[in-house]
Amino acid sequence: MTAFVALVRKDLRIFFADRRAVIMAFAAPILIGSFFGYVFGEPRNPKDQSRMKVLVVDQERQGAAKDLIASLGKDPNLEVAASELEAAREAVRKGKVPVAIVIPEKFGEQAGQALFGAGAKPEIIVLFDPSHRVEAGMIRGILTGQVMQTVTKDAFGGEGGKRTATSMRRSVEGAPMEASEKSALTGLLQSVEKFNARPQAARGGGGGGLTIPFAMKDEALTSRAGVVYNSYAHSFGGMAIQFMLFMGIDVGIGMLLLRQRGLWRRFRAAPLSKTTLLGSRAVSAMLVGMLILAVVFSFAWLVFGVKVEGSMVGFLGICAAFSLMTAGYGLLIAALGRTPEAARGLAILGTLLMVMLSGAWVPSFLFPRWMQRVTTLVPARWAMDGLDAMTWRGLGLEEALPAIGVLLLAAVVFGAVAVWKFRWEADG
Amino acid sequence: MLRAASLKKAYGAIHAVNGVSLDAADGETIGLLGPNGAGKTTLIGMLAGLVEPDSGEVRIAGEAIGGDTSAVKLKLGLVPQELALFEEMTANANLDLFGALYGLSGARLARERARVLELVGLSDRAKDKAESFSGGMKRRLNLAAALMHDPQVILLDEPTVGVDPQSRNAIFDNLEELKAGGKTLLYTTHYMEEAARLCDRIAIMDHGKVVANDTLSELLRLIPVSNFVVIDLAAEGFDGMPELREMSGVAEAALNGRQLRIGVEALSLLPDLLVWLRGRGAEIEHILTERPTLETVFLHLTGRSLRD
Ligand SMILES: Nc1ncnc2c1ncn2[C@@H]1O[C@H](COP(=O)(O)OP(=O)(O)OP(=O)(O)O)[C@@H](O)[C@H]1O
Ligand SMILES: [Mg+2]
Repeated sequence: MTAFVALVRKDLRIFFADRRAVIMAFAAPILIGSFFGYVFGEPRNPKDQSRMKVLVVDQERQGAAKDLIASLGKDPNLEVAASELEAAREAVRKGKVPVAIVIPEKFGEQAGQALFGAGAKPEIIVLFDPSHRVEAGMIRGILTGQVMQTVTKDAFGGEGGKRTATSMRRSVEGAPMEASEKSALTGLLQSVEKFNARPQAARGGGGGGLTIPFAMKDEALTSRAGVVYNSYAHSFGGMAIQFMLFMGIDVGIGMLLLRQRGLWRRFRAAPLSKTTLLGSRAVSAMLVGMLILAVVFSFAWLVFGVKVEGSMVGFLGICAAFSLMTAGYGLLIAALGRTPEAARGLAILGTLLMVMLSGAWVPSFLFPRWMQRVTTLVPARWAMDGLDAMTWRGLGLEEALPAIGVLLLAAVVFGAVAVWKFRWEADG
Repeated sequence: MLRAASLKKAYGAIHAVNGVSLDAADGETIGLLGPNGAGKTTLIGMLAGLVEPDSGEVRIAGEAIGGDTSAVKLKLGLVPQELALFEEMTANANLDLFGALYGLSGARLARERARVLELVGLSDRAKDKAESFSGGMKRRLNLAAALMHDPQVILLDEPTVGVDPQSRNAIFDNLEELKAGGKTLLYTTHYMEEAARLCDRIAIMDHGKVVANDTLSELLRLIPVSNFVVIDLAAEGFDGMPELREMSGVAEAALNGRQLRIGVEALSLLPDLLVWLRGRGAEIEHILTERPTLETVFLHLTGRSLRD
């Protein structure tokens, strides 16, 4: 026991004496985590929210088009500016604005007629930058709603509407169709004429027009209502994972250096069991790992308000299990590496791959489906998903248990292979 | 106290140690001499239980090292060839760690630490980090670290390698003190003078084998030369070498430029030798005699110089 404690204390002492290791373990994840969190995050102040710039080319220059442009301008997501066709094309082509829309001549008239199934539909042209397909789709959605509202408003009350209804009634009356159909349609149009002929004062407040018969309320699903997604939770978790694994590499390389420096001889000459020799290293690595997680998440909590919205027990369990896995990973490197130099490059490559596939850089839900499935073989992926689940997703302990299980299993496998492949002889 | 029987260890095709038997009585000091790659470190590794021999066995005070945690290991102290220290830790912290590995703690640990620091003369630097030490001081700390648990048998792998003469003398004094304290020492070295001065017996190793193992005076008897006569001639081109080598009482002779080096069986041959040289018309500028050394023995036994 004396020896075990002394070995753990020695490891911690050496870790904290190495400024480079300490910076790598604590400062680097905080720095990079802050960066990723900021870049990928939703702005916390809604006023910061950048509104999408849209150019509008009005070729009608009256009535319905004007109303449409005005109502688009009121949309909180858009920043609308008027433009000319050529200028708008140029701006989109150069990537200055993602989308421009062109409202054609006679838009109001044609749209009003098309509403009742008569005549050609006016074409609104959407010019978009192909790297902004998503924004173009969003514009189409907003536009549909606004056009519907503007055009029906005009048809049921506007000047254009009056003319349209009357001219359409006449054309229906002269058209060759079944008498019953004809009378029904003329009746409808007469009612519209009557509606439109009401005295101005009788009309209700805004005199509305048709609107989309539902409203949408977006709610990003996190732990509880009122809790907002915090991109820092993911980025800090991801970077803690990355730099803990780097710490694991240092553990492995450090053990190979012991061999090179003759210290392994001293250790083997002393009456120490293999459990003491490897176990003490695993324990000290695990302690450092827990400390990294504690420091990194404390920082995220104090500065960016990252909280464990889910199960605290689950969170601590994942931290402990991943720390243990990191320790196992370090021992594995020590067992499989021949020389420190040879082991370092390979270990760094392997670690970066593991981190990448864990979703620490790019969240795994952005991976293609097959890759999402395959990467469940990467233990770090479970740590990443588990930390996400316990922090911003706010899930319960039962969601942490599979991750804890997989991480412990990985730790055991790494540890077992390390013990099996370890070169115990101190033959230099 | 220390007994090794027929130890063998091969790394692939290299027979690092190829059948070595060795004994050290209680309190005896044995020097292990050998050129680079002779197998000294591998042998020490097997004696300390670090390297599993392919065959043969090791006994310390009659007991074999049974396993990792064998109590027999408490009787052994190992000074590795490398500076096996944690440079980023203080001398105290290093000693505490290595003491703790042997189960020392509390007052006993502090006492032993003070003792070994005193022995190697580093008491006043105990709180400094090892990385701030000179090469010689690190060597002394390297020695001290193996002595914390006060082992009876101390295995030293080149304890004085790469240090200045002053530090080497200091370490040497430490070793003499240990020897005076009744410890059994086995140490490898490249320095014959050290072995000659300290060791009760000297084993010479080459190509994984012990080629000689005896006291210095007995080793010196292995060679037929009692003295070397070194003569500087006035001119080059001495042509009497074949005849000189045939002369009775001459064991060996070599000519290097103007310098003749003649190994004689007895120094009483000297007057005849000088008369013979004058008869050949050789004019003598300087004359010197030397006793054979361990180096000579080594050269004689292995055909190689120790410091090659
Ligand atoms: N782990 C190993 N793997 C392969 N070969 C080894 C190993 N250890 C030692 N050897 C070889 O065994 C031989 C003896 O090595 P050893 O280190 O015992 O020599 P040494 O007498 O201590 O040499 P030196 O004076 O240089 O320290 C050398 O040829 C060496 O290359
Ligand atoms: Mg050696």
